[in-house]
Amino acid sequence: MDNIRYDFKIEKDDFERAGEASSNIKKILRQLGLNSGIIRRVAIAAYEAEMNLVIHSNGGSITIEIDPRKVTIYANDRGPGIKDVDLAMKEGYSTASDRIREMGFGAGMGLPNMKKCSDDFSIKSILKQGTFIVMKMFLKDGD
Amino acid sequence: MEKVKAKVLCGSEFLDTEVQYAFGSDLMSDVLAYVKGNTLLLTGLTNPQVIRTAEMADVVAILFVRGKIPGKDVIDLAAENSMAVLTTKYTLYTTSGILYSEGLRGIEED
Repeated sequence: MDNIRYDFKIEKDDFERAGEASSNIKKILRQLGLNSGIIRRVAIAAYEAEMNLVIHSNGGSITIEIDPRKVTIYANDRGPGIKDVDLAMKEGYSTASDRIREMGFGAGMGLPNMKKCSDDFSIKSILKQGTFIVMKMFLKDGD
Repeated sequence: MEKVKAKVLCGSEFLDTEVQYAFGSDLMSDVLAYVKGNTLLLTGLTNPQVIRTAEMADVVAILFVRGKIPGKDVIDLAAENSMAVLTTKYTLYTTSGILYSEGLRGIEED
């Protein structure tokens, strides 16, 4: 299998299209014939990242890369950046508005859930510049 | 689904699909954190993100409680994703109780 890479642009506050990128990612992985367990982990992590970009960022992108050993998701945005990453990683901590909570999000579960879905998770955030997340899911025999 | 007097909104062809568990929540973040496929989702939220969330978590059917009926765009999105969508007038608690007593169990965190 050659390396495959797809980029999806994510717009701030675009709730109408929120989830489309992750839906496409899920379809791509299905076409590749990956196992449903790993597809679900990647889809959930990508969707949490996509919703975070729509809700919190000034816009950015989700990139998915598939090589014979792993699936990698890159979620990059153009700011505003996270003040305290350790705090943001805590379950239940959220800065989301009431409007977002009414949609069923903003429970402070997004980042911890992304980490839970990944075999390898890294987050770097620079105020006013952006947040950069890399999530890796390793393929095992049978995936 | 007769037990909760549910009305089918789309996906009647998928009603024979067997679900392993049910999960009731209006918090999509929790659906994403707990659901691990082959599940019936019970919720009172009707926005498009409910369908997107269900799609990502491999939810196979959605039962809207408290008589909620989502907009056509939401039902169409569910149909596109081959989901059965139903609605019942019962509340989340009552619906859950009826389905549980019929043998449909919930998800337990390991």
